[in-house]
Amino acid sequence: MSTSNDVVIKIATVNGTGSASANGLLLKSIFRMGVPVVGKNYFPSNIQGLPTWYEIRVSGDGHQARAAKVDLMVAMNVQTYAQDLGEVAPGGWLVYDATWPRSKLLDRDDITVLGVPLSRMCNEHFEGARSRILLKNIAYVGVIAALLDIDLQVINQLLADKFAAKKNLIESNVEAIRIGFDYASENFVCPLSSKIVPMDKTAGRVLIDGNTASGLGCVYAGATVGAWYPLTPSTSLMDAYKAFAKEFRIDPETGGKKFCIVQAEDELAAIGVVLGATWNGARAFTPTSGPGISLMTEFIGFAYYAELPAVLFDVQRTGPSTGMPTRTQQCDILACAYASHGDTRHVLLFPSNPEECFSMALTAFDLADRLQTPVFVLSDLDIGMNEWMCRDLTWNESYKPDRGKVLTAEQLESMQKFYRYLDVDGDGIPYRTLPGVHPKGSYFTRGSGHTKYGSYTEDSAAYKEVMDRLLVKWTTARSIVPGPDIEYSKFNKMAILSLGSCDGAVKEAMQILQQDSIGINYCRIKAFPFNDAVKEFISRHELVYVVEQNRDAQLRSLMILDLEVNPACLVPVLHYDGLPITAEFVTRRIREELAKGEAA
Amino acid sequence: MSYIAKPAVNHPRAPRNKLGLTTRDYEGTVSTLCAGCGHDSITAALIQAIFELDLEPHMLAKMSGIGCSSKTPAYFVSQSHGFNSVHGRMPSVTTGANAARADLTYIGVSGDGDSLSIGMGQFAHVIRRNLDMCYIIENNGVYGLTKGQYSASADIGSIAKKGPANRQMPIDPVSTAIGLGATYIARSFSGDKHQLVPLIKGAIMHKGFALLDVISPCVTFNDHVGSTKSYAHTREFYHHVIDADFVPPATEIEAAYNQGAAMPIELHDGSKIVFRKMDKDYDPTSRAAAFSFLRDSVRAGEIITGLLYVDAEMGDMHDLSGSVDQPLAKIPFAELDPGAENLAKVMDRYR
Repeated sequence: MSTSNDVVIKIATVNGTGSASANGLLLKSIFRMGVPVVGKNYFPSNIQGLPTWYEIRVSGDGHQARAAKVDLMVAMNVQTYAQDLGEVAPGGWLVYDATWPRSKLLDRDDITVLGVPLSRMCNEHFEGARSRILLKNIAYVGVIAALLDIDLQVINQLLADKFAAKKNLIESNVEAIRIGFDYASENFVCPLSSKIVPMDKTAGRVLIDGNTASGLGCVYAGATVGAWYPLTPSTSLMDAYKAFAKEFRIDPETGGKKFCIVQAEDELAAIGVVLGATWNGARAFTPTSGPGISLMTEFIGFAYYAELPAVLFDVQRTGPSTGMPTRTQQCDILACAYASHGDTRHVLLFPSNPEECFSMALTAFDLADRLQTPVFVLSDLDIGMNEWMCRDLTWNESYKPDRGKVLTAEQLESMQKFYRYLDVDGDGIPYRTLPGVHPKGSYFTRGSGHTKYGSYTEDSAAYKEVMDRLLVKWTTARSIVPGPDIEYSKFNKMAILSLGSCDGAVKEAMQILQQDSIGINYCRIKAFPFNDAVKEFISRHELVYVVEQNRDAQLRSLMILDLEVNPACLVPVLHYDGLPITAEFVTRRIREELAKGEAA
Repeated sequence: MSYIAKPAVNHPRAPRNKLGLTTRDYEGTVSTLCAGCGHDSITAALIQAIFELDLEPHMLAKMSGIGCSSKTPAYFVSQSHGFNSVHGRMPSVTTGANAARADLTYIGVSGDGDSLSIGMGQFAHVIRRNLDMCYIIENNGVYGLTKGQYSASADIGSIAKKGPANRQMPIDPVSTAIGLGATYIARSFSGDKHQLVPLIKGAIMHKGFALLDVISPCVTFNDHVGSTKSYAHTREFYHHVIDADFVPPATEIEAAYNQGAAMPIELHDGSKIVFRKMDKDYDPTSRAAAFSFLRDSVRAGEIITGLLYVDAEMGDMHDLSGSVDQPLAKIPFAELDPGAENLAKVMDRYR
């Protein structure tokens, strides 16, 4: 049987051997052929020498989730050869470097093993150990191109775009690809029965990672201060902000920067820098991950109580503790929702792809300013560091930042007296002033007990009044945070409730289940606190599967806490091995639950 | 922390500065520190210095962490914003504040607990950034709010109110700052307003990180026999405190001494603290000289005070990072927005 545009390629290499550029080349070539594609990087917490994998899913139907199978394995790493061989789906293919003999024990009857003497060919054609290693990895791109019928013209054009300034690099890369391509064409039946056929499904689309989109969002939101401590997998967010700010925020006359990035000594300081900056009226943010959130919690509680805006990007990775720094999870939901001691609760946003990383960055800054509180954007390693196909990010020129209730010098001048924490409008959001504006605006920002007038207190009633007013603000937050995406049919009794990077796997699973006439509704949460639409959605179903990527059902717990839903209605579907969730997992778990129900 | 407003009574003949303001206009709420606390003397010196510098109150930002010292920003210049942050983290907040508004004047008030224990990391790193701020450590060698534990600046052999003599090495903020590369370093004594006011003025006006370590005896928890940071002589006038919950009325010591002369203060057990002004020909622009002078003085049991080191040339954080002159928080959004056309161009790179 021959298939087109439905193939999963997995490339096993050694970290630090330049395979990233080869893999990127492959991914983009397929994209430029108009075929939907997604790339996922499974890399070690290491600079050089440990095993690393790159998985490309070609999906004419546009599925973005990790596939639970591998059709074509490129086994370039002898350390993991046995494991890689085992992962290939029956009927699939394995390409290996046939320069050296392979153990006969490592064989399988149900797949096709294709040996290509990549090292030998590269040693014959190129000089220098380093370039031989790098070009060997480029050469497998040629092999795959021949096997899957990827257009060489497209690859060569990509190389020309990439190395526009380095002509000699183009030549050696083109040569390496040709070597691989020719060898495969001459020795194997090309293309394979699974191949890539040009489509027109990538127009108006980009291949971009979530951290880049978030960093770009910070620039477009008008953030001028970024503070951070490098932490995988959030580091590339600040790298992106820096690169775009350098491109768009340099004063043409003086060369001065209209932004300030502080690489702090640690995360405790990074969030302190953010709060100092927002206190002074700048839009400021910090990118981090779970361990950073742990360190920041004291200041997060301060910001909640003193009512200072802050935007935190938590690109979640596998916990607890150091966990697996280069693997993905959605394990900081509860830690962020209630970060810090005392009664605190925080607004969370859950982007499901890079496009939403961009738009939610803007939403986060607007909400933080409007609500005068920290706002968390919880993406994860899968969204943040992998390249997703999504619609072009676009910009509405009429966008005006919502800076919230900030009093001007004129307003202060006309006031009798300013009090910081009065609920003038009944929405729980007080008016604030910025330093350096007017002497009448002065107040003492403090994390200690304070009255609605802003002064220190140890008076029970005065303390409680402010704490209760913060709950009014929370109610306001509930009504203005982004609502969920809902797919609803009144004929379905069951539903899936999920968030973030589970989206692709859930949607794909729903399609698969639909083929078996299992109809399921879907609600994708975009924010915490959950607004009324979420509660309404849950109430319309007998059973709701809560699909998330952590061990302890954190989203489900938050639902029970925040909405007082009957826990029996919420069935946890939990994926937490560090790899991105698959549709196969979701369908299997739901079928298991259905079987349990039938048995009972 | 104080919430008691002072009655607004102005003496008609009170001196006015260039802005037409009197020192009363630079005051804050009533202090809730112990009567006679050295910190209140520093607050008074701050008010005098800011008044004399003709600073507009609302262009000043008062920053602090946690502790007795960190309460004091409530006690001066009510018409400026204050930020009482979390323990040991005032430097990072001030960094962010300065990043956004480089045009404000930043005065940070900290203590030996806030700066030299939990805040040691932030203290070191704010020096590295040469943040443009005046950083005052109100140094009393003891934790007041938790009732008398040693701080990291307690000297070897100093005896706590309860318990044995301290045996751990003290951290000296001044020599630490010299080692780390701070660009304005001074030490003074809360009882010497005459010396303190000009040092504060210099610290405020210095562009870059200015450290002012002020020995500020704790009348309640470190004013007893055997302490190396006590007002020993107050015993002559008041009864000594035994019960930690009892706070005695006290007045600050006024150390009057001549330039260059050492002034010993005799303690109950016969040990001495010596305040000494810098020699007239001391060169405060040599980091190496300042460092060795300090080291020698420690061996001699003296507390060296005065302006110890100045480097007016090194650029501050914004110079180092190349920011525009306009305060970042005041740049209109239109100048920050790259626009739709640029976003479309960026998108083309991701195909």
